[in-house]
Amino acid sequence: MISFDNVTKRYPGGYEGLSNVSFHLEAGEMAFLTGHSGAGKSTLLKLIGLLERSTRGQVRVAGRNLTRLKSRLIPYHRREVGMIFQDHRLLYDRTVFDNVAMPLIVAGLRHNEVGRRVRAALDKVSLLDKEKVYPITLSGGEQQRVGIARAVVSKPPVVLADEPTGNLDPTLSQEIMRLFEQFNQVGVTLLIATHDLELIGRMKKRILILRDGRLERDGSIQV
Amino acid sequence: MDRYRSKVMARHTNKKRSASFNGRRHLRLDSWILRHLQVALASLGRLARSPFSTLMTSAVIGIALALPAGLHLLLGNIQQLSGNWDGAATISLFLRQETTQQRVDRLVKEVRAKQDVTSARLITREQALEEFRRLSGFSGALDSLGENPLPAVIVVEPLTETPEAAEAMLNALRQLTEVEFAQLDLQWVRRFHAIADIARRGVLVLASLLGLAVLLIVVNTIRLEIQNRHAEIEITKLIGATNAFIRRPFLYCGILYGLFGGLIAWLLVTLSLSLLDSPVARLAGLYGSGFHLQGMDIAVLLLLVSGSTLLGLGGSWIAVGRHLNEIEPS
Repeated sequence: MISFDNVTKRYPGGYEGLSNVSFHLEAGEMAFLTGHSGAGKSTLLKLIGLLERSTRGQVRVAGRNLTRLKSRLIPYHRREVGMIFQDHRLLYDRTVFDNVAMPLIVAGLRHNEVGRRVRAALDKVSLLDKEKVYPITLSGGEQQRVGIARAVVSKPPVVLADEPTGNLDPTLSQEIMRLFEQFNQVGVTLLIATHDLELIGRMKKRILILRDGRLERDGSIQV
Repeated sequence: MDRYRSKVMARHTNKKRSASFNGRRHLRLDSWILRHLQVALASLGRLARSPFSTLMTSAVIGIALALPAGLHLLLGNIQQLSGNWDGAATISLFLRQETTQQRVDRLVKEVRAKQDVTSARLITREQALEEFRRLSGFSGALDSLGENPLPAVIVVEPLTETPEAAEAMLNALRQLTEVEFAQLDLQWVRRFHAIADIARRGVLVLASLLGLAVLLIVVNTIRLEIQNRHAEIEITKLIGATNAFIRRPFLYCGILYGLFGGLIAWLLVTLSLSLLDSPVARLAGLYGSGFHLQGMDIAVLLLLVSGSTLLGLGGSWIAVGRHLNEIEPS
């Protein structure tokens, strides 16, 4: 589903965010991406979501070669990649419902279909009773769950998460991970960047470790 | 036979395909219109949530447009007024000295009988002398002449609207043998028309400049709006919104600013005219005229409102084109 082939990302000024990274993630796989800060975790995720383009090498997602994808087609690619951020990136002047509905409205779904799907997504993250609330009144864990609902509401085949449990206590983090496992069970391909080694050690999933932009280890090794 | 059958089948499937294609197209057109309607309403709602700043921006646009619109209207009114005066231009026919009284009387009748003459009035040589004596103060000098040097004059009021027609008539009357000299008192009308032309050009220049100002106002307003909604634009791009999707609310915003500005301009012009109307009517009354200021007619109103709406759309288009692409999620 996601494959990197000798991918290098060099920023203006010569700094290399990623150097010659190669790996392949099967459809329906769930993997963690870890490494010290600045190791290139976010850069790697950005390449998959086409927030940035690789300098060298090939990135393929769902059979599409992102290196050659025309800029005008980027939005359609992003609709198939759900993204979850540490800082949630919610719109604080809109209700929880409207936040979660955004991907569907952007994709031009009909009104009644939007309502049905948003409620299903909110139900999955146990926030059905908060749909009319503004995100600012929610706790950090709840806001993160709104972000997750938004990422999965349009049922994308790929979901990326960048430090989704960064600001949460262990119990809440565990809850979020359980949610991810549930999505994975219905066939979603997940790639989760985190530096919470203890958490991913318990999950017994594939782990990609980056160090200074290079893929240091790849496997389901206990850390 | 086989060939025929395959042809028929091909036609059949083509028909089916095109029908379903049209159906889908229809559906998509429906939802396209619906979506635009939703965005337009949402933009209206957004403007309504900050009524003060919306009113400020629209008022600035309105005032900028009211100026040329009002001047245009005023100019139209003045021209209408001058149209009345054109008709009042008179032709003076100075007759030859040797023309007999009998001949003069017949000429007056002839001129009066002409189709395009409203009236013709004779000033006899004696009347002319009398008037000259009264007005000039040269009575002593005239007495010493012993003979009346003044010709008889027929004052003709033509039944024409335009200076050109009056001039044509002047040339026709000049051909009469008894007429020594004919004069059309049109100089001032011509001057007035020339001044009106300059004024019209001036209004055009002013309208262009203020139109440009309106465009820049909208560009700036939308630019600020884009800056304010930076985070929102970034997030919407992240979840896969196309540029067209992101552009749309801003374009509608510009359209609405233009529309409101146009309506405010109309309101301002109408108010100003109604304030001016009664003193103008009083002044016209003093000149014995029933002149009233003409308000904005529907064609000018439509031109004003559609023009300002287009300026709004153009302005927001420029702002969106310049600033929306700068925002990319990171």
